[in-house]
Amino acid sequence: MSWTSTRRPPAALVAAATVAGLLVLIPIAWTAGLAAGVGPADAASLLFRPLVGELLLNTLGLIAATAVVTTIVATAAAWFIERTDLPGRRLWAVLAVVPLAIPSFIASFAWVSMSPALQDFGGALLVVSCSYFPLIYLPVAAALRGMDPALEETARGLGLGPWRSFARVVLPQLRPALLGGILLVALNTLTEFGAFALLRFRTFTTEIFAIYRTSYDSSEAALFGMVLILLCLLCLAGEQWARGNARYGRVARGAARRTPPVALGWFRLPVLAGFAVLALVTLGAPLGMILYWCTQHNSAATSVAAVNLPALASATWSSVRLALGGTAIAMALALPLGFLATRYDGRLIALLERTAYLAQGLPGIVVALSMVSLTITLLRPLYQSAALLMIVYAILFLPLALVSVRAAFGQVQRGLEEASRAAGLGWFATSLRVLLPLAAPGLGAAAAMVFVSVVTELTATLLMAPIGTRTLAVQVWANTTTLAFAAAAPYAALMAALSLLSAWVLARRFGAAHLP
Amino acid sequence: MSPSFRRNHYAQLPVLAALAALLGVPAVMNTAQAADAPALILYSAQHEQVIDMLTDAFTKETGIKVKAHEGEGPDIANQLVQEGASSPADIFMTENSPELVLLDEKGLLAPVDAGTLAAVPREDSAPSGDWVGVLARENVLTFNPALIKEDALPVSMLDLVKPEWKGKIAIAPSDSDFLPLVSAVLAEKGHDATLAWLKGLKANAQIFDDDEGVVAAVDRGSVATGIINSYYWARLLTEQGAAKTHAKVYHFTNGDAGALVNISGAGILASSKNKEAAQRFLAFLVAKPTQTMLAQSDVDFEYPLAAGVAVNSLMKPRADLQPPAISLTKLGDDQPAAKLLREAGLI
Repeated sequence: MSWTSTRRPPAALVAAATVAGLLVLIPIAWTAGLAAGVGPADAASLLFRPLVGELLLNTLGLIAATAVVTTIVATAAAWFIERTDLPGRRLWAVLAVVPLAIPSFIASFAWVSMSPALQDFGGALLVVSCSYFPLIYLPVAAALRGMDPALEETARGLGLGPWRSFARVVLPQLRPALLGGILLVALNTLTEFGAFALLRFRTFTTEIFAIYRTSYDSSEAALFGMVLILLCLLCLAGEQWARGNARYGRVARGAARRTPPVALGWFRLPVLAGFAVLALVTLGAPLGMILYWCTQHNSAATSVAAVNLPALASATWSSVRLALGGTAIAMALALPLGFLATRYDGRLIALLERTAYLAQGLPGIVVALSMVSLTITLLRPLYQSAALLMIVYAILFLPLALVSVRAAFGQVQRGLEEASRAAGLGWFATSLRVLLPLAAPGLGAAAAMVFVSVVTELTATLLMAPIGTRTLAVQVWANTTTLAFAAAAPYAALMAALSLLSAWVLARRFGAAHLP
Repeated sequence: MSPSFRRNHYAQLPVLAALAALLGVPAVMNTAQAADAPALILYSAQHEQVIDMLTDAFTKETGIKVKAHEGEGPDIANQLVQEGASSPADIFMTENSPELVLLDEKGLLAPVDAGTLAAVPREDSAPSGDWVGVLARENVLTFNPALIKEDALPVSMLDLVKPEWKGKIAIAPSDSDFLPLVSAVLAEKGHDATLAWLKGLKANAQIFDDDEGVVAAVDRGSVATGIINSYYWARLLTEQGAAKTHAKVYHFTNGDAGALVNISGAGILASSKNKEAAQRFLAFLVAKPTQTMLAQSDVDFEYPLAAGVAVNSLMKPRADLQPPAISLTKLGDDQPAAKLLREAGLI
């Protein structure tokens, strides 16, 4: 069909893409190796004990409760924004996504500092639901937008009321979007560490950390790490499966009309109040608490590091520097893979791409611990280095980079590249002179997105920051765990500001408003 | 990703930024490394603010820079064991003696200068002379008088597993301060009794991550009592002021295991290539001016070990404490305690 599939992919690119795939497999393999060192009898006695049951119950119970809460909130929000004449829909649509830009451990810091009573299941449910409901809102809103109104109209025409037609026609069509979103929420809940640690809610990640800090032996943490990885991969596989089934095709040809918005009438008042409460809980409360603590005094007894301008500047610089490095490596890994995946066919390429996406199911704490253990044993020069932390960032955020890079390359019209190849330029010259300039905005967006994620990363940073390096995330963590909320606040404020600002720039530059 | 990109030339800025980063980061890293080359590397499980205070004062006095790597005692000790002879660390400083005992057992520590050892009581340092005691911290029971009267508190920490304490006690089993308490019970009562005690705690106690969390929970009245180091109570009191602080401390007496006094100490790694500066740092830690600075700081709430330095006035004088008679050697290296905690399902 095009020049791409008929040619062999350039060997240099395949080699580069293989590096990316291998990098993702290394922490899994090393963790598995360490876990295997436990021995079957010890492993059985470690795994089949009441504590593991408790952790499973805690984790699965929280996932179930979060799934219910986020599904209801996100579906209702998406429906009102996409399908009704609610005033201010553009604003609400933006506000429904912004919580993604607030790192969940920052939100958890804010809530914990408001009331320590939140340090239990209820608090964990609150924080996780607030942080992750956009993960369901986004696909559901997109599904609602893309739906053919004819089906609903037919249902109404056949005599179903609005509620029953929603339940019997709309909801089934939303199922793939909902399922995918819920599994993403589950995956994030499984891998989340910082928020739960601050909330003192025990899950597998916090337990791995507890084992790590009280243990003189890393195989036990690795064993728990393997259990967690398996749970995550199950979610990931489920999510892929749900996405694969996500097509509810329209039989009719031609463009679907937009569904005419439902007139809310007087009901718009309670709905508006609901949206205001949602924004207040997901954004107002955390940001408000951070600002409040910024104005409070903290004694030297509890604050981990004196809060002054040089300390803030140096922590910001450390965070930004590490994040830039991590972003650069992630992009360098994603570019060849993304290029191959969009321009060539082949089993190896598909395999490499899938392997890279596996990283989505790798909890930061497991990757960090395994890389520390690996470098201490085999790769001393990298041990405790900034470069190693950057590589770990790149592994953790490779899937994000890859999705965005693929999208950027996918936007470029093939015809231009084909013309360039026909004119005699090789793949490298074509990429440099045609593809990269055309894909530049998308690649820039990809880099910016990876940067935002890395700069707000806590777990790997906490375990791997080079000696003497204190980043924003590490300072928020150190101060919050010693209950020095006022000392943590300026660092938290800087992180939130950095993240929100980048998200805003991204949205301004690259986002397109979907609403009329 | 949004399907419709609006393209303009500003959009290339992030790409340029990423490229600049790719080129600029290694350069920056190199300069940073070059400037910091001669610093002492301190692996620390002490509180960061205490370490900051100490290292700032030390650098001011000697001109020697100190770079700290921070973590919990057991994980740092484990790290040092794994790093072995090629560890970058010069000094290990921790809150509890067992981690130092472990490193000493593994032959990873170098002898401390005799002058430094002589500055503190002999029983508070390693008998081998391979690490020096710097400060001492006391285990106590914190309680909220609104929930429980002082005269209803138990005579022994071991009584907290009785049925009447169900739900009324908070502990932080994964805090590195908890392990030595288990080691103390183990040294006095043996394996089976200790395991039974831990299982009883598991049934009765609310679990927290660290002592800070325990004392805060008792202070706000969500649990009646909690096992902590007195450090964290004094710190909360300093932070909130006496008027706003509800938590009080109760000292176990008559040599009860719950009254254990932990030694916070420091040692020099045998692999250190900067031993002379490291010895100076250890001597600085036990010097009278340093110990006085810590005791008067309202930042550190540990007992100074140097003779003639008074403890912070919030604390009960060390002479009035009645800790169990367990030597540092008998207290051991916490390894069996860590195993018991897992066996009991507390970690």
